[in-house]
Amino acid sequence: MITYDFLQKYWWLVMSLLGGILVFLLFVQGGQSMLNSLARKEDEKKLLVNALGRKWEYTFTTLVVFGGAFFASFPLFYSTSFGGAYWAWMILLFCFVLQAISYEYQSKPGNIFGPKTYRAFLFLNGVLATFLLGVVVASFFTGSEFTVAKGNIAGLGASGFTISQWQNPLHGLELLANVRNLSLGLAILFLARTLASLFFVNRLDHEVLENRSRKFTLYNGIPFVVFFLVFLIWTLVAEGYAVNPETKVIYMEKMKYLHNFIDMPMILVLFVLGVLAVLYGIFNTVFNAGFKKGIWFAGAGTIATVTMLLLVAGYNNTAYYPSLVDPQSSLTLQNSSSSYFTLSAMAIVSLLVPFVIAYIFYAWRALEKKKLSLDDLESDGHTY
Amino acid sequence: MDLLSVSTVNWSRAQFALTAGYHWIFVPLTIGLALIMALMETMYVRTGDVKWKNVTKFWQKIFGINFVIGVATGIILEFQFGTNWSNYSWFVGDIFGAPLAIEGIVAFFLEATFISIMFFGWNRVSKKAHLASTWLVFAGATLSAFWILVANAWMQYPVGMEFNPETVRNEMVDFWAVVLSPVAYNKFLHAIYSSWAIAAGFVVGVSAWYLLKRRHIDFALKSVKVAAIIGLVAFVMLAVTGDGSAYQVSQKQPMKLAAMEGFYEGKEGAGLVAIGMLNPAKQVHDDDVDPFVFKLEIPKLLSFLGYRNMNAFVPGIMDLVNGGYTLHDGATALSFEERKARGKIAIQALADYQTAKAEGRDADAANHEAILKENYAHFGYGYLETGEELIPDVPLTFYSFRIMVIIGFYSILFFAIVLYFIYKKDLRDTKWLLYGALWSIPLPIIAGQAGWIVAEVGRQPWTIQDILPVEMAASAISAGNIVTTFVIFTVLFTGMLIAEVAIMVKQIKKGPDTVAGEET
Repeated sequence: MITYDFLQKYWWLVMSLLGGILVFLLFVQGGQSMLNSLARKEDEKKLLVNALGRKWEYTFTTLVVFGGAFFASFPLFYSTSFGGAYWAWMILLFCFVLQAISYEYQSKPGNIFGPKTYRAFLFLNGVLATFLLGVVVASFFTGSEFTVAKGNIAGLGASGFTISQWQNPLHGLELLANVRNLSLGLAILFLARTLASLFFVNRLDHEVLENRSRKFTLYNGIPFVVFFLVFLIWTLVAEGYAVNPETKVIYMEKMKYLHNFIDMPMILVLFVLGVLAVLYGIFNTVFNAGFKKGIWFAGAGTIATVTMLLLVAGYNNTAYYPSLVDPQSSLTLQNSSSSYFTLSAMAIVSLLVPFVIAYIFYAWRALEKKKLSLDDLESDGHTY
Repeated sequence: MDLLSVSTVNWSRAQFALTAGYHWIFVPLTIGLALIMALMETMYVRTGDVKWKNVTKFWQKIFGINFVIGVATGIILEFQFGTNWSNYSWFVGDIFGAPLAIEGIVAFFLEATFISIMFFGWNRVSKKAHLASTWLVFAGATLSAFWILVANAWMQYPVGMEFNPETVRNEMVDFWAVVLSPVAYNKFLHAIYSSWAIAAGFVVGVSAWYLLKRRHIDFALKSVKVAAIIGLVAFVMLAVTGDGSAYQVSQKQPMKLAAMEGFYEGKEGAGLVAIGMLNPAKQVHDDDVDPFVFKLEIPKLLSFLGYRNMNAFVPGIMDLVNGGYTLHDGATALSFEERKARGKIAIQALADYQTAKAEGRDADAANHEAILKENYAHFGYGYLETGEELIPDVPLTFYSFRIMVIIGFYSILFFAIVLYFIYKKDLRDTKWLLYGALWSIPLPIIAGQAGWIVAEVGRQPWTIQDILPVEMAASAISAGNIVTTFVIFTVLFTGMLIAEVAIMVKQIKKGPDTVAGEET
């Protein structure tokens, strides 16, 4: 018999994994943020845009699936965070809207806003989307100012009928005032840029860009490691929101996230392996001129690291979306998930995911049998 | 009652309507173009004629230009359920989230993945693998529409769920009831055929322009041959599925039907208003002002379409507010006041249940739960104050419905004539028809917008029919925030529309690529 508890944990794993894949795929955004610094000549820029342009839809689609799956599995998060941290999410969405049209339109005849505008949009998306996503994910550990009272809809609340209410009038922008949030935001930004550099080393048939990308791996890898360590160490020693499994009461526990790692050694091992894989990918690319597979190590490492980090936020009786103003309003896997029926129906649907990954892999391989060079842009028929 | 400020709700509605309106300009064009491209590429693979490949590639470019705006607006729609409709997201997320997630996992990924092969794979995969990719893009787009419309249909006709007073939400108990709801498949088919119609109108219109300019004649004729068939099939099927939808509406959302018809006083053997002009002097439903300045009615047709019986009683707006007529299952219809009273009982029972539970009085809680269950069908009415709130915007619904239907019948005739000329006569010489085709491009798009206005304005005040009015569904954000995002979205989407049209016009003027030395 599959228990409700198992399904909640299963869906948190699915969400964490999707989160990990999403952060890996942010290399597209990372690349967008350095079109002007990495490339110096127009044809170099064009090659970068086209290399990224063949991948942007994967990031975008993963974000859409991430949203839909969160809605289906933990709807209280959807209503609380999106409806509350309104501006954080809206700004994120604005820059994804800009991204969606920018590849397709920038070099088409008749594009009245000019290619520079679209590249500026790509830059904006590259910087803001990665940074803001990092800030929002950090709030899974640092908390936000909201209350949840389900009786509100029946008129039991003093402040109206809305169940989830954000208590800070800045509606999400206040998250930027927290240094720990900022450090994860910056870590994700530089991680995305590092991954993009590794991707270019791997994908491009262009010596100048390849060499420059190796240098960029170092330039971005260092700030990434610094900001990530700041966030990580701070989080490990900080207080966390623990849930009493019997009473469901939420209380503060010292070094909660460190305890979570120690209590779940499997997650700790995978987390450390993930971090090592990222570092290996970076160092080997920087110091070994013949090494081109850095993206695969760093990419897999990113997925593992982020997935494990999100698991630590929700597993082991932890509130994954803590409320600073009313700890008992904090969201846990138990109080925010969909019903047993929905989670199990969706679990059956999730069995299709390997099939989806298989055809994505097929498509990726089919298009990438050879590296991308300037000559390919015309012959493939669809150029950005 | 201390509801959210009206302007918060209205601006949230405006923002959603804006996004959905833009979405439904570009998305149907891509769904329909995907079918047309797939058919054209099939011709290429079967005949080996490179001209078909060029035709396919041209429409593929147009597809790409439109696809990205569909994607951009689509992601906003998905997230807006959370950002602007927070209460809704919790109250029904257990059911509503599932189709959205499935859409992402099984449909959108399919479309997005194979689009990359379709665009970049002409020289990188085999002919047949490429053709399969194009068809998979069409399949992905269609499946996407299916799951989204399942979600939409569920709001109009909530099935397969039970209310859980402990979690304060509706929970799914029957997945297949949600997926196979008659409202869902009617809506799906209607929307898909409307996509085909929009794309067919577009392809025929653009091709007509080439024929008028005497350019790319073979290309244009080939395009019309495929698109006109799809156009005719689509519009005939739109009439069939539209009839199915209207039948569902009369059963499940009689107020929407009454608003579509400007039908205030119910009667047996009700006629359908073919053409009419509403009386602007009519202010409220019970002011005894004649709702029409004039109308031309087809006798008994409304009864027949709504209930498959020429003499069936169709309730009007007054009847739906005042109750007292006999329902088709023999029961007597409740008035708004009665439903409101029972709705208030249900809401109070939920409050009492919550309080009893919190105080550990389980036996009391069980009693309140029983009362709640008994009255839950009227839950949403408890949030409304007057019968007037129950009535959607009649003129907007009424005229939108007529615009849609008139365009539909015009288009059946139009595509039939185009087909006659392209297969039996010479389309190239019929200038009047070519100009007609060119000017008809926007019509199916307008019909699609009008159709969605009927569906969505016509169901007000409900987000979930009878269960949750819009006022109760919104997020607790002050209107100023939403006005700001509304303005930003308006600028973004309008800018995108302008960019898109400019690029598309340029692309069309440039015409399809030609194989060296050969005019297609």
